[in-house]
Amino acid sequence: MAKSPETEHPNKAFGWAAKDKSGVLSPFHFSRRDNGDNDVTVKILYCGVCHTDLHTIKNDWGFSYYPVVPGHEIVGIATKVGKNVTKFREGDRVGVGVITGSCQSCESCNQDLENYCPQMSFTYNSIGSDGTKTYGGYSESIVVDQRFVLQFPEGLPSDSGAPLLCAGITVYSPMKYYGMTEPGKHLGVAGLGGLGHVAVKIGKAFGLKVTVISSSPSKEDEAINRLGADSFLVSSDPQKMKAAIGTMDYIIDTVSAVHALFPLLGLLKVNGKLVTLGLPEKPLELPIFPLVLGRKMVGGSDIGGMKETQEMLEFCAKHNITADIELIKMDEINTAMERLAKSDVRYRFVIDVANSLSPP
Amino acid sequence: MGKEAFGLAAKDNSGVLSTFHFSRRETGEKDVRFKVLFCGICHSDLHMIKNEWGISTYPLVPGHEIVGVVTEVGSKVTKFKTGDKVGVGCMVGSCGSCDSCTEGLENYCPKSIQTYGFKYYDDTITYGGYSDNMVCDEGFIIRMPDNLPLDAAAPLLCAGITVYSPLKYHGLDKPGMHIGVVGLGGLGHVAVKFAKAMGLKVTVISTSDSKRDEAINRLGADAFVVSRDQKQIKDAMRTLDGIINTVSATHSLLPLLGLLKPKGKLVMVGAPEKPLELPVMPLIFERKMVMGSMIGGIKETQEMVDMAGKHNITADIELISADYVNTAMERLEKADVRYRFVIDVANTLKPTP
Repeated sequence: MAKSPETEHPNKAFGWAAKDKSGVLSPFHFSRRDNGDNDVTVKILYCGVCHTDLHTIKNDWGFSYYPVVPGHEIVGIATKVGKNVTKFREGDRVGVGVITGSCQSCESCNQDLENYCPQMSFTYNSIGSDGTKTYGGYSESIVVDQRFVLQFPEGLPSDSGAPLLCAGITVYSPMKYYGMTEPGKHLGVAGLGGLGHVAVKIGKAFGLKVTVISSSPSKEDEAINRLGADSFLVSSDPQKMKAAIGTMDYIIDTVSAVHALFPLLGLLKVNGKLVTLGLPEKPLELPIFPLVLGRKMVGGSDIGGMKETQEMLEFCAKHNITADIELIKMDEINTAMERLAKSDVRYRFVIDVANSLSPP
Repeated sequence: MGKEAFGLAAKDNSGVLSTFHFSRRETGEKDVRFKVLFCGICHSDLHMIKNEWGISTYPLVPGHEIVGVVTEVGSKVTKFKTGDKVGVGCMVGSCGSCDSCTEGLENYCPKSIQTYGFKYYDDTITYGGYSDNMVCDEGFIIRMPDNLPLDAAAPLLCAGITVYSPLKYHGLDKPGMHIGVVGLGGLGHVAVKFAKAMGLKVTVISTSDSKRDEAINRLGADAFVVSRDQKQIKDAMRTLDGIINTVSATHSLLPLLGLLKPKGKLVMVGAPEKPLELPVMPLIFERKMVMGSMIGGIKETQEMVDMAGKHNITADIELISADYVNTAMERLEKADVRYRFVIDVANTLKPTP
C-alpha cells in the first residue's frame, strides 16, 4: 500500500499545498528524506511565486499530481551538508531553482545542461531520483542533491534575488544561447511581468537597446523610468507597430497566453530571432512567409543548466540586478494567486517563508 | 527601342502561357546578354502565372532557372566574355548598399529585383527565362561549370541555392550530421544530393511510401520515413540534427519537430500560404527552432554551382518542348514530375505559335 505524504520519509515537514484543481492552497503536513551523503538541507527563507506555480496548482497543463506544494525560486540557509558535499558548508546562503534531479550521466548532463536531460525532475510535482514525489519551496525546508544547489552571491539580496532562480535564468539562458548579447543591438521584450521585467534589466546590462512591447499603455512610465527600457511600444496601436517594422535584432517573448506571432515577427530585422518562453495552453499560429522572406527564426527555451544558473546569479550580483517584488506572508498566498491571474503584481510575489510559515 | 525578344507569357490569371513578343533593353555597359538555351520550371512560376500571391502583373514571362551562352558583353564587364556558359537565377538587381547587400545577401535586400514580374531601374518590367534571349547586370550572372550538362544544371539556380544556403548558414553541413528532407520534389531531390555530397546522413520524409525506392536507390538517401505512419515516426524520434522542409501545403509541424534531436533546426524553404500550428513545447523543453530561408546571395549561388560542378550534382529533369509548357504546368500542379521540367528553349521556342 502506498505511503502517505506524512509517512513516506523519516522527517516531518510542513508547507502549503493545493489539494485539487481549484488551486486553493492550505496548510499541509508531509515529510522529507534524511540528508544523504550528497545532499544539502536548506532552511527556506524566501520563495518566489512563479506563474508556473499558478498553472500547476490549477492543472492548466494536465499533469498536476495533487497535493502540490509549489515553489521553485527558493533562497535559504544550508543547515546540513552530506559528507560528499564539497561546494557548501553549514550556514551558507544558497538557492534552489526549478530542477532538483537528473541522470547526471547523459550527453546533456555532461554538457551542464541538466534541464535537457530526459530524466530531469522538477523541484515540485515531479518524481525525484529516489522515485518519490517532489515538494517545493512553499515549505519550511528542502533536501536537495548538491548538484542542484546554488551559491547565493554576496550582495544579492535573498528576497529580491529569489525570482532570479527561475525568471532570471529563463531569460538569461536563451539570450546567451541564441547570441542575443551583442552590445548596441536592439532587443524587444514582449510582455512586462515577472520574466519581462527581468529581461529588460538583463538586456540593459548586456549593453542592448531595449524596447518593451506591451498591450498596456499604463506600463510605459515604469518601463522607461524605473526599469530603464529605452522605449515602449504599444502592441495594440497599429500605427506605432507599423513604424517599428524591421527594427529589432531580437525579441524575447514572455507572453504566456495565446497570442499572435505575426506582428512580432514583423518587428524583426532580416536574420532576426524571436525566442518564446511562455507556455500557452494551445499551439500558436506560425506564419511561414515572414520566416522565409526574412530568414527569421522562432525558438524556445526553458530555464538553464546548473552551471549557467550559477553564472547568471554572479552576473546579476555584479550588475545589481534583482527582481521587483512584493513580499507577502504565507497566508496571503491565495489572494496573491488571484492577483497573479490578473497580472496584478509589479512584478513578482515573494513569500517571506521563514517569518510567516508556521505549523497550525 | 531595345532589342526584340520573344517568349511565353501568361496574359491573365488563368495561367495559360502563349507566345509573346516584347523587347529587352540594349546591352548596357555592365550588362551581359546571352542566348537562352534552357529554362527550368519552378513551382513559383506556377504560383505567379496564376497570381496566387497577389503580386503578379500581366503579361508575365516566367522563368528564373535560366542557362545559356553569352552573345554580347558591355564595355565595363570584366568577368564574362562571348561564348561563356552562364546562368541567371531569381534576382537581377538589388540596392547594393544596404546591410544585406554588403554581406552578399542580395536576396534579403528590401529593394531586390526579381527576374520576372518586377520593376527594373529603368521602370520597365522584368521578363524571365521562358524567352529566347536575356540581358542581365554582370553582378547577377552565374558562371556555369563546363562539366555540367546545362539542361540538368538549370534548376540549381533556384532549387539548388534554396536548399544549399540554409544547409551552410545553419551549420547543417558537417560530415556525419543527420538531416531530414521533407517532400521529394524539385527542392527535395536536390537537397538529398547536396546533403550526401556534404557527407551527411539523409532521411527523406514523405507522405507516401511510393517514393521510397527512388529516394534510397536512385538519389542515395540513407533512410525513408512515411510521415503518416506513427510507428515509423516514433522509431525516428530525436535522430535528426536538422530538417529541410520543402512542403508548401498546409501540414503538421509536430511530428517533424519530434524527429529533431534537442536543439535541432527545422528549416522552412517551402512557404505555405496559411499559418501553421506551432506546438510550443518542443521549442521550450527541447530548445528546437523553426526558421525560414529564401534562395541565397549571388556569391553563395556561385559557390553552390561550383560545388555542384565538383561533385557532378544536377537535377533530375524532364526536358520538354516549349509547346508542352501548359501541359507541364497542369502536371506540376499535381506534382507529376520527377523532379523538374526544363524547357528546351533554344531548340523549341519559336517566335510564332
